[in-house]
Amino acid sequence: MTLQMPQPDRVTLNRSEDIIADLKRIAGEEAVIADEDGRRTFETDGLTAYRAMPLAVVLPDTTDLVAEVLRYCHRERIKVVARGAGTSLCGGALPLEDAVVVGVSRMNKVLEIDYNSRIARVESGITNLAISNAVSGEGFFYAPDPSSQLACTLAGNLAMNSGGAHCLKYGVTTNNVLGAKVVLIDGEILELGGPHLDAEGYDLLGLMIGSEGQFGIITEATVRILRAAEGARPMLLGFASSEAAGACVSAIIATGIIPVAIEFMDRPAIEVCESFAKAGYPMDAEALLIVEVEGSEEEINDRLAQISCIAAAYNPTTIQVSSGATQSAKIWKGRKSAFGAIGRISDYYCMDGTIPLSRLPEVLRGISDICSAHQLRVANIFHAGDGNLHPLILYDANDPTSAERAELAGAEILSLCVEVGGCLTGEHGVGIEKRDLMLKQFSETELSLQMQIKSVFDPEWLLNPGKVFPLHLTVDAGTSNAA
Amino acid sequence: MSDILRAATAWELQSMLAPYLEKEVPVEIIGSGSKSSIGRPMQTAATLSTASMHGIWMYEPTELVMSAQGGTPLVQIEAALASNNQMLAFEPTDLGPTSGGARGTQTIASVFACNSSGSRRVAIGAARDHLLGIEGVNGRGEVFRAGGRVMKNVTGYDLCRGIAGSWGTLAILTEVTFKVLPAPEKTATLVYHDLPDDIGVELMCSAMRLPYEVSGTVHLPKTVAGRLEQSSLANQGHSITALRIENFEKSVDYRAEAMREALKVYGDPTVVGSMNSMEFWNGLRHLSVMPYDEATCLWRVSTAPMMGPRVVSSIRRHMPAEVMYDWSGGLIWIEVPASADAGASDVRRAVAVHGGHATLIRADQSVRAAVEVFQPQSPLAERLMGGLKRVFDPMRMLNPGRMYANI
Repeated sequence: MTLQMPQPDRVTLNRSEDIIADLKRIAGEEAVIADEDGRRTFETDGLTAYRAMPLAVVLPDTTDLVAEVLRYCHRERIKVVARGAGTSLCGGALPLEDAVVVGVSRMNKVLEIDYNSRIARVESGITNLAISNAVSGEGFFYAPDPSSQLACTLAGNLAMNSGGAHCLKYGVTTNNVLGAKVVLIDGEILELGGPHLDAEGYDLLGLMIGSEGQFGIITEATVRILRAAEGARPMLLGFASSEAAGACVSAIIATGIIPVAIEFMDRPAIEVCESFAKAGYPMDAEALLIVEVEGSEEEINDRLAQISCIAAAYNPTTIQVSSGATQSAKIWKGRKSAFGAIGRISDYYCMDGTIPLSRLPEVLRGISDICSAHQLRVANIFHAGDGNLHPLILYDANDPTSAERAELAGAEILSLCVEVGGCLTGEHGVGIEKRDLMLKQFSETELSLQMQIKSVFDPEWLLNPGKVFPLHLTVDAGTSNAA
Repeated sequence: MSDILRAATAWELQSMLAPYLEKEVPVEIIGSGSKSSIGRPMQTAATLSTASMHGIWMYEPTELVMSAQGGTPLVQIEAALASNNQMLAFEPTDLGPTSGGARGTQTIASVFACNSSGSRRVAIGAARDHLLGIEGVNGRGEVFRAGGRVMKNVTGYDLCRGIAGSWGTLAILTEVTFKVLPAPEKTATLVYHDLPDDIGVELMCSAMRLPYEVSGTVHLPKTVAGRLEQSSLANQGHSITALRIENFEKSVDYRAEAMREALKVYGDPTVVGSMNSMEFWNGLRHLSVMPYDEATCLWRVSTAPMMGPRVVSSIRRHMPAEVMYDWSGGLIWIEVPASADAGASDVRRAVAVHGGHATLIRADQSVRAAVEVFQPQSPLAERLMGGLKRVFDPMRMLNPGRMYANI
C-alpha cells in the first residue's frame, strides 16, 4: 500500500523501556501492555492493510488515570494515539511506532440515565449498541447506528462523528451528544455541556466531535436518548436501473415523507448480501431500496402504501413489504452485514463519499467506469436519503498491484464525489486513508485554519499525528504553528 | 454610531474590511441589526452589514438543502420553503421584538451566528444541527469555506459547529447552506389548564417519553399566559401547558387521542387545530409573551428540563420573576425587574446550584457593560475560546468583547 507514515522518533524508541516502566508505575502493571504479542492486537484497526506496532498500550479505567498518562506523555513529548474498539475504516486508530496507544475500552459503564431529561451519561468505552440496550427496557434508544455498532465504542463514534443507516431522520453523532468530559494532552480535564440542550460560549463540544482524536480524549459523554416509535417496518423496492431507484428516492422525499432510513444496494451488493442473510432481496433487480418507516401499525401501513404508490411510477420490479419482525430483522441483517458478507468473497476497500442525490446516476456510472479501468469489481451500498455512498472495491490483498489499483480507484472515486458537490467522507473520517486527498476539498488557507485549531488544543501535535492532513503540510506543525 | 458599510459580495466585504485591518481598528458585524442590543457593548469604529448580500442561490427540495447569501432575510427563506411545503425545522426564535428591535427582520446568517432555535429544538435539534456549510470572512480578511451541501460530512474538523453560536466574533458569515425539512401536513396542540409550574414541567417531560413525536412543549404560568394574543388558547387567570403534535392528518388525530389517554392524570386537554396552533407557536417564536419593556430585563436560562422550576423558585426568593418554560422546562425565559445588575448574581447562583447557564438577553446598555451577559466560562474553556479567537481573528477585529471581554 502506498501511504507513508511519519518517520518514528529514534530518541523515543531508544527510551521505550524507560517509558514502559514509567507507564506501569503510573497506571499499574495490569493496565499496560508492553509485550510483543499483546501489542500486536493493537497494531491495526478496520483499515487492515496498514499496521504499526505501538511502543506500548495503556488501558486506564478512570478519567483521572487517562489524565495522568497524558500529563506524563506531554511532559516527555511522547505521541499518543487514542483508541476505542479499533474499528475505524480509515486508519484513524492506526498506531505509530513511537506512540503510546491509550485505549478507553475498560471505561464502559453507564453512569446515569435520566428519562425525563432524555439523557444518558456514559463512559466513552461503552459500545454504541450497549447504550441502546441500557435504555431499551423503557422503550428508548441511542440514535446513531453505525454498522459496527455491536463492537465500536462511543469514544470512536465521537472522534469520527459517526453516522449510520438511520441518520436521515435522527442525525449523526454530533446531533445526539449534549456534553462530554475531555482530557487534554496536558492532562487538564475539560467539562463541556451537560443535560441541558445547548452549551454556553463557543461550541467546543461541536468542534471536539469529529476531531479524530486530535484534540483530546473523551472519557465521558452525555448523550441524548430518544423514545422509540411504536413500531417500525421496512419494505423492499427493486428497480431495473439505479436511475429509477434514485428518482424514486427523490419522489418520496418530495411528497413530504421522511422515512427513518432509505438504503440503496446495487446488483453485486444484493447478490452477496442475499446469499449471506437470505433476507428475501429480489435477485432480478439492478437496484434495491430498503425503505423503513415508523409509527403505529396503522400509520406504518398507511405510509408504506403511500410509498408503494409513489414507487409505482418508476416501474419497480419488486414491491415487498416486510411480513413481520422476523423478516424485518433479516432485511436489516442483510444490509448491516453487507461489509462482512462481501469480505467473505473478496478483500475489499470500503469508500465513504457523500454526493448530492441528484447526481447519483452519473456518479454510479463514473464509479463503474473507474473500477473497470483499473480492472476491479465494485459493489455499491448507499445511504440514499442523505447521499452517503459506500462503494466497496473488490481486490486481492495477495496481489500488490491489485491493492494499489484499488487505492488509486478509491482516490478517483472520492475526487469524483467532491467534483459533483459532495465530500470525501460522510461518516468514516479522514484518518490516514483520505489524508492526502484533503487538498481536493479544501484550499491551503482552509487547511491552515484547521491545523491552527488543532494547535489550540494540542500545541505540540502529540495527539494522533500523521492523520487528517497531508503530511507535507504538517512538517512544521507543533513547532511554528503553535497558537 | 458610525455609518453602516454594506457589502454586496464576500469579495466586497473583504475589501471594505481591509482598511480597518490595516489600521487594526475593530468593526461591529451585523445582518439587519435586529439583535444589536444583545451582548456586551462594544467599542468599534464602523459597522459592517451583510444585509445587502441576499439571495437564495441553491434550493433542492428533494435533497432537503438550501444555500443562501448571509444577508438574506429569514422571511424570504421561509417563504421560499413554504412554497414547497418545507420549513426550517428548528423554527428560529426572533429575538428582535423582545430586545427592542423590529419583528421579522433578521437575516439567515444571524440565525446561525446566534444558534437561535425555537420550540421544535426539543424534538429535532438546534440551528447548529441544521447548518451544513458556510462561507465566511475571518478577522484576517481571508475568505474560507467549511462543511458543504451534503447532510453527512466528516471531512476535516467541524468548523460549522465551531462558528455557529459565536455571535460574529470569529467570522462574518457571507453564505450559509442548511438542511430543510418537509412542513407537517397537520398540527394539533393539546392544551392543559391550571397546572402549577412543577407539574406542568412533569407533564411536558412525560409527553416527551411517549412514542408520539411531540414537537413542542411549553408551559406558561398564569400571568404570562394572560399576555397571549390569542383568545382561543388564553384562559384568563389560568396557566397553560401546551403540547404540539405534527404529522399527516390521520396520524395527528390518532396521536392526539393516544396522548390524551396516556396523560389523563393531568386533566382533560383542549385540542386546538392547525390554524390556531400555528398562530400560537408562531407567536411564541417571536416571544410575544415577553414583549419589550424598559422596566424589566430578560434572561434566557438553559438547564436540565426537570430543573427548570427549581431554577425559577431560587430566583424568586430574591426578586419577582415572570417566566415561560420551553423545551419541556429546559429553556426558561425569565423577566425580572430592571436593576443595576439585572439580578445577575442571583440568576447565576441559581444556575450554579441546579446546572445550566444563563444569558442576559435584554437590559440597558449600562447593565450589559457592568455584568457578564453570556455565562462566564471555566478558566480552561476560556483559554481554549481565546485560542480559537486568535486563530480566526488574532487582532480582535470582529465584534470584540461582544460575548466576553477578552474574545
